[in-house]
Amino acid sequence: MKNLSKIFLIAFLFISLVKGVAYANGPAESGEEKKFSPGDLIMHHILDAHEWEFAHGLAIPLPVIIYSDKGLDVFSSSHLYHSPDRTYNGYHLNHHDKIEPVDKSRTIYDISITKNVASMFISVAILVLIFIGIAKSYGKTKGKAPKGIQSFFEPIIMYIRDDIGKGTIGPKYERFMPYLLTVFFFIWFNNLLGLFPGGANLTGNIAVTFILALLTFLVTLLSANGNYWKHILWTPGVPLPLRIIILPIEIVGMFTKPFSLMVRLFANITAGHIIILSFISLIFMFESYAVGFASTAFAVFMSMLELFVALLQAYVFTLLSAMYFASAVEEHHHDEAHDHGH
Amino acid sequence: MLVQPDFGLLFWQTVTFLIVLFILGKFAWKPILGALKEREADIEEALSAAENAKEEMKRLHAANEKLLQDARLERDKILKEASAVANSIITEAKDKATAESNRIVEGAKIAINNEKLAALTEVKNQAATIAIDIAEKLLRKELSDSTAQKELVSEYLKEAKFN
Repeated sequence: MKNLSKIFLIAFLFISLVKGVAYANGPAESGEEKKFSPGDLIMHHILDAHEWEFAHGLAIPLPVIIYSDKGLDVFSSSHLYHSPDRTYNGYHLNHHDKIEPVDKSRTIYDISITKNVASMFISVAILVLIFIGIAKSYGKTKGKAPKGIQSFFEPIIMYIRDDIGKGTIGPKYERFMPYLLTVFFFIWFNNLLGLFPGGANLTGNIAVTFILALLTFLVTLLSANGNYWKHILWTPGVPLPLRIIILPIEIVGMFTKPFSLMVRLFANITAGHIIILSFISLIFMFESYAVGFASTAFAVFMSMLELFVALLQAYVFTLLSAMYFASAVEEHHHDEAHDHGH
Repeated sequence: MLVQPDFGLLFWQTVTFLIVLFILGKFAWKPILGALKEREADIEEALSAAENAKEEMKRLHAANEKLLQDARLERDKILKEASAVANSIITEAKDKATAESNRIVEGAKIAINNEKLAALTEVKNQAATIAIDIAEKLLRKELSDSTAQKELVSEYLKEAKFN
């Protein structure tokens, strides 16, 4: 464990350095022709793209998949990027890296493998490899102590099961465990992958956090029992006139909970990326050694903090999801018992 | 731009996440959580078995203690009985010996008495014989002097005191 954490630390120190160098290469070259704009740089890094750019000029083109009235169109994004007007096959890539039809009357569904989607596939492959591997080693080391990577993840899995699952939801925790574990590791792994140099800002993308929050919301609604609806529609222990106010609040509350999940994850991860990128941008704005050293130190510090935030946000999302599930399956509400006491 | 979800990402996120949820749920979380649960049950079982064994040991120990106590009591009882028997035997033997010795002493006393009586009789007979002898001698020797006879007779009589 100690060695592992040391390796992690060194790896991320190294990555932070490389990250700085990687960013440094990009804008420095173009800085000759046009004035350096940190806003553009930052937005470019945190938004999705149709190619995976590691450094300026070093980019992997990704497949573009478009479904429209003409059927399915699949081609490499390099056709768009390399064409002078960024137009190919009747599609135009706008300055936000979004594909638009040249003929504005057409409706297209862009389901391209973008940088975020590709990054997600990688993270998912890692997740599946690691956890199916661990599941297999449980079969091998049956009745023995956990070994290797299994012993690294076991306490985390047990923490999620015991403290988040059992501790929050209670006796009915078991059916929520696959969702909670998947959400936790999906968010955590993607948060970490986003910290790699050239990594995609997947968990800082509103579409991703929207779907995750939506799933939590749907699971909550699907597993909700009578008590949950009773609490919302006919809140116990509230005088009749107040119900007129309480009812809309409770109904809005149903939606604000997953909404807060969506915004919290998106904002935390995006903000972290923006702060690190801002520190690095400072170097190119001031072009001074002193600022360079100070900014690098701050960027390294922020990267460390982001490592913690990556875990914390995964934990918070999972814990809050568990709490919403708990409210959905709770049998006897505490307020009722409290009211009987009076 | 930042808060405007892309259709493509929404689509892929939904599809991918649900597939991952299914795959991990079926092939990772189920066996992992199952194994953890099984192991916990095993540990629980082992602990309770150890507790039971301890309990059993305690019980056995108590039983042993009781057996030992019983054996000790039994031993004490046997020793007590044995010593009582021995005492009674000794007493009996002593009584017997006393009776025997008494009997022997009694017999000896009787025998001594008999012997004494026999001896006395013998002495009396002897005395009578002696008296007759003396008388005879006197008669033969001193028929002339009656005074001397009388003196002699009285002297003899004095001597021959019966006892």
